Amino acid sequence: MHGLVNRSLQAFLIGTYGTALWEAVAQDIDMDASGVEAMLQYDDGVTDLLVSAASRRLGKPRDSLLEDVGAYLASREALRRLLRFGGRDYPDFLLTLDELPDRIRLAIPDIDLPVITVSEPGPSRFLVSCAMPFYRHVLAGLLRAMADDYGALAVIDTCEDGGLCVDLMDTQFAAGRRFDLARPGVE
Amino acid sequence: MMDMAESPRLSVDLAAMARLMPMYAWVTADGRLRSLGPTLAKICGPRAVPGMPFLDLFRCLRSACAKGAAHLAAAQDDRLAFALRDNPDTVLRGQVVSLGPGQGMLLNLSFGISAAEAVAAYSLNSSDFAITDLTVELLYLTEANAAVMGELAALNERLLRARNRAERRALTDSLTGLSNRRALELSLRRLTQGGFPVHERRQIVDAADISGFAVLQLDLDRFKAVNDTFGHAAGDHVLRHVGMTLRAETRLTDVVARLGGDEFVLILPGFTDPQAVMKLARRIISRLESPIEYQGQMCRISGSIGIALSSDYAIADIDRMLADADAALYMSKHEGRGQAMLHRLIREDMPAGKTENARIQDVSPG
Repeated sequence: MHGLVNRSLQAFLIGTYGTALWEAVAQDIDMDASGVEAMLQYDDGVTDLLVSAASRRLGKPRDSLLEDVGAYLASREALRRLLRFGGRDYPDFLLTLDELPDRIRLAIPDIDLPVITVSEPGPSRFLVSCAMPFYRHVLAGLLRAMADDYGALAVIDTCEDGGLCVDLMDTQFAAGRRFDLARPGVE
Repeated sequence: MMDMAESPRLSVDLAAMARLMPMYAWVTADGRLRSLGPTLAKICGPRAVPGMPFLDLFRCLRSACAKGAAHLAAAQDDRLAFALRDNPDTVLRGQVVSLGPGQGMLLNLSFGISAAEAVAAYSLNSSDFAITDLTVELLYLTEANAAVMGELAALNERLLRARNRAERRALTDSLTGLSNRRALELSLRRLTQGGFPVHERRQIVDAADISGFAVLQLDLDRFKAVNDTFGHAAGDHVLRHVGMTLRAETRLTDVVARLGGDEFVLILPGFTDPQAVMKLARRIISRLESPIEYQGQMCRISGSIGIALSSDYAIADIDRMLADADAALYMSKHEGRGQAMLHRLIREDMPAGKTENARIQDVSPG
């Protein structure tokens, strides 16, 4: 896995549960407390070990832990901005999710990501499928957080086929968070 | 190009134009503004009114329109560039097509690669761009790249710091913080090759200073007694103290190395005057002879020094200089404690005690 994935897990654990928990997790898997480097490649096993160790330490199932990771990522200002470039509103954002892996690869060409497909089987209903369970759980958390970010009201669940069902109740439920195309500080 | 006369005509209303090309400008054949797309209107501000000369709003940056806006239509195949007169930092690229008799011409403008600045300057948002326009993607990419570059820069800095730490450790005697044998060898090699000495402080020496240099071999006297009487911790304390003394008595550009045990070597670039070197050696010895306190006990040591000067050699052969400084050190020890001796004065097998070498008295005999 790309170091960015592991680094995200590390940042999530430190940011949400504090350094002590991170150090305990790192120790459980014989990793130096300085952790992983975002820009290096790691063996897939490292990610798995990290998630298992954190899940054990926190007494939290892997799936919901990964969903929390997705929500955490969407809450980081730099990342949330990058995600908001994906759509003018939440439905637009959902419909362009199939571009998300390519968008990420534009910036990080060596990252290995699963294909995401999106369909619209009915009004205000979207089906998002993603072949790798790891990313699907992260995506579920991310989609929930981004609905809030856009001010939309949506229910996100796992469907029978293993994909994600997004039921959009209201696109302008709340004000949502501000997004300007211009990065703050750029003049 | 298709012949205009034979092309089927397309009629598009301005509202559709505004959606498809929010940065269009419709200009009459004689170069007057007819209408602007909403995004371009936002950029031009209230000054832009129908009927005004297009080139009063924009300065054309290509020769294509040097003859005036009326000739713009002839530049259909050119990449045009315009600077906004009200804000010359805003440069737009553009393309023009002629619309046929009585219709004037149509320009489509875009920000090109300076989109980020323009978006900030005019507070634009995604609805200011056509859905097919990749400007928003360009902005996304700019931000994503900045984030990635930031991560890479941070990684590089961490790696560089780790490398510097490792290098410093590899060149440093961990007990005293002085240079170690490896650093000394590197320095000597560089000195004999006309380069700069290296040591743990990474000091750069002016090339003019190293035309000659002195090599000092220093052994502590009575150090074993300190170790035996007060223990190794006291010995380590004394060695650290000696390290500080040697650093204090030398310049930043000198190399002070501990080779292990109580053996030290000093390399003094620029020291070619025998008297100056002897003076320094004596001062070092007298400093070493000041009692060193360790946990209430007074540890007393001294030092013996042997000196070789590069100016005494036709070719600065480092191994020979070190050996000669060592021989002079041996003679110093032989003379009694607390002596410094220049190798040049014992070259002709002078019997010990008959050298012209100045002796200094033990400050603290015993």
